[in-house]
Parts: sequence; structure tokens; C-alpha cells
Amino acid sequence: MATTVTTSAEGKTWGGGNEPMNASYGKMMMWFFIVSDALTFSGFLAAYGFSRFKFIETWPLADEVFTHFPFMHGVPAPMYYVALMTFILIFSSVTMVLAVDAGHQMKKNKVVLYMFLTIIGGLIFVGSQAWEWKNFINGEHGAIETKGGSLLQFVKVDKTQPSGYARVSLSEFASNTPEERIQHKRSNGVWFFDESALPSVSVNQVVEGFKANEEILVRSEKIDAATKHKIVLSREESLKLVENAKYVVEGANLKRNEYGNRLFADFFFFITGFHGFHVFSGVVINIIIFLNVLLGTYERRGSYEMVEKVGLYWHFVDLVWVFVFTFFYLV
Amino acid sequence: MGHAHESNVGRIWKVFGILSLITIVEVALGIYKPHSLHFTNVLGMNLLNWIFIILTIAKAYGIMWAFMHLEGETASLRWSIVGPLVFLIIYLVFILLVEADYIYDVFKTSTIKWNF
Repeated sequence: MATTVTTSAEGKTWGGGNEPMNASYGKMMMWFFIVSDALTFSGFLAAYGFSRFKFIETWPLADEVFTHFPFMHGVPAPMYYVALMTFILIFSSVTMVLAVDAGHQMKKNKVVLYMFLTIIGGLIFVGSQAWEWKNFINGEHGAIETKGGSLLQFVKVDKTQPSGYARVSLSEFASNTPEERIQHKRSNGVWFFDESALPSVSVNQVVEGFKANEEILVRSEKIDAATKHKIVLSREESLKLVENAKYVVEGANLKRNEYGNRLFADFFFFITGFHGFHVFSGVVINIIIFLNVLLGTYERRGSYEMVEKVGLYWHFVDLVWVFVFTFFYLV
Repeated sequence: MGHAHESNVGRIWKVFGILSLITIVEVALGIYKPHSLHFTNVLGMNLLNWIFIILTIAKAYGIMWAFMHLEGETASLRWSIVGPLVFLIIYLVFILLVEADYIYDVFKTSTIKWNF
């Protein structure tokens, strides 16, 4: 008796046609992927947190790094641009969920419209990220790296600023001392070294310009716990540090960046880049599904569940951005 | 799925409104950085950062619950997704941040100057 019961139960459970947890195969697999991808991003963000806590006193302040807004050149506008990007992504999430909703009701034309809007939103977001990267890579003020690896930024007293100092670009005070410096290529030096571009000013020009301009001070990487601004050194301390100048740093690359700790730019490129790649692949997948909707594939199949599945991925991309936004720009 | 044919459009816009509102609050706090929040430390971090993190989790909850439609899934699927994530992320963050704080201390108290 017992054997027959077991057999019939096995037939029910393993005989096929089951949906564990009431989720279809495809949806379940999408969730598997999302959970593992979420853990990957958590690993990246936790590693970012690790480096930040390790260098908690010298980490760059996001407000001073991301200050650009389109058509507002020279006007510092921290936060506004990323806030805009966040809205674009949340909005494209909304149009995606509207497409899923229209799919439930088998309204093909509405699905087409909303998927189209979602794709447009995704493209705008990727474009915005490219613009953000462009500003980050080009930099604005430039800085000096010392022999010991610390970064010196330059300021002068300006009482209108909240910190009491305004940033000064290298080009504003560097001397015009004539100097010839040849770009290091693989063909003219050590064969495995090269550099992509020469800085606009040389170390000597910056040092001489600094000595000639009494009002310019060095701003160190260190954050003053009492004011939460970077500590500005006195003129004597500044002069002493400038003597150690080794590199002119303009903008950012994977080796060094003018904003502060080297790891800062590395993590910025890596995490926002990995997220941007997810957005890009999301757009590609959305386009594929969009074309299938146009061809009527899901109409014939009698279910728009595929739209729901890409929707899950798309919302996930939005979800990750919410965290990237917080940990790179807010906290 | 029982909900399959009814439209949720009104609710979707409501959730969008809530998510936008949270983002606006975050951005406003990020721009003005109220002194009373920014300089009050609670459990090793300033209150402003705590608010940002809590609002972020609230937003993540909204996206997963409404947009990713976890509300319509079975409880077992919901917990299979959220449980491991919450546990592993808290674990990972705890380990890494404690370790980082220790290394910070080592650098700070060491006799060797590492950055000058």
C-alpha cells in the first residue's frame, strides 16, 4: 500500500508540468540570475566601502567631484545631474511596468508604445552616463601628486564659498617658463612604457607659478572632522609640500586622478561602468523583445510573459542604480 | 495568476510618485546637508548618512515589491530571493567594514608614514 502511494506522489512531483513556487521556469531562472548578479554588485559596493573606510580621512568628497550640469558651464551644480539620471531610470522602470501591465491585458499596441519609451529612457541614461564619464575623465582643475603619493589641490581664499576657499586650476597660476618635454612613446623610451598625452603644464611650471603667487595655498586630502571640509595648509606648509611635486595630474584614468585617492576613480569606473554595461545590455534585450512584440510573437503565444521577464531585469538595473547613486553621490 | 486581467495603472503611478518623492528628499538633503543631521553621530556614522541608507532601502523595497511584482509571488519564492540577499549582504558588509576600520587604525598608529 505504502509503495503505491509513494509512486503516485512521485508521478505527480517529478512527472513534469510542475511549477515550483508557482513561478514559471523562465521567471525562476531570471530570479536566479538577478539574485546572483545582485550579490556581484554587493561585492563591488562592499569593496568600495572597504577602501573608503580604510582611507576614511582622505576620501574625496563627492560634492566637489560631480559638479557639472549640461549648458551650465562653470556653475557648480552638485547632485542635480545624477538626480536627473535617477529620474530618467525610474521613469523608464515605470514605462516598463506599464508595458507588463498592458501585456497582461493583451493590448499589443500599448505594449509596443511603453516598451519603446523604455528603450528611449535606457538610451538617454546610457548617454548621460557617457557625459558624466567625459567630465570625470577630463577633470576641471588639475592637481599635483607628490613623491609620497599624496595629492595636492590648489585653492585661494574666497569667503563666498561654504568652505572659505575656492579651487584654482593649474593653468591659472602655472608659469610660462619655456620647457620642452617629449611625449613618452614606446618607440622613444623604454619599450613597454608609454603615455597617452602630455599634461598641459609641466611640474616645474606649476612649482614656479606656485612660488610666484603668494595667495595660492595647497589643499590636502585630509578631511577636517570638525567642518567636514578638506584641510587647507598654511603658505609655509604648502611650499614645503610643493617641493615634493612629482606628477601633474589632470582628469582621471585608472592610475591616478585629480580628485584624490587613486582607488576612488578605479571604483567609479568599475562600478558605474559595470552598471552602464547592464543598462546597455538591458536596452539590447529590450529591443529584441520589442521587435518580437511588433512581430506578434507573444500575441500568437497567448502570453506576454517574456515582457515580464525582461521587465524583471530592467527593474533590477534600476535597483542597482539606486544603490550606486547613494554610495557614490550621497553618502 | 488571479490579478492577470485587471489593470494596475493607478497603483503604478502611485508607486512612481512615492519613489520620486524619496529621491527628491534625498537630493534636497544631499544639497543642503542640514548641520544638525550631518554632525550628529549615531553608531559610528552621521545621521544624514543613516537617513540616506534607510531611504535607499525603502526605495529598493518599493521597486522589488511593486515593480518586480514580488507582492504577487508566493511567500516561499519571496523569501528565497530576499532572505539570502539580506543575510549575505549584511554579513559581507560587516566583515569588510570592520576589517577596513582595523586597517585604517593600523595606518594611523603605525610608525611608518605611508602618504606624505
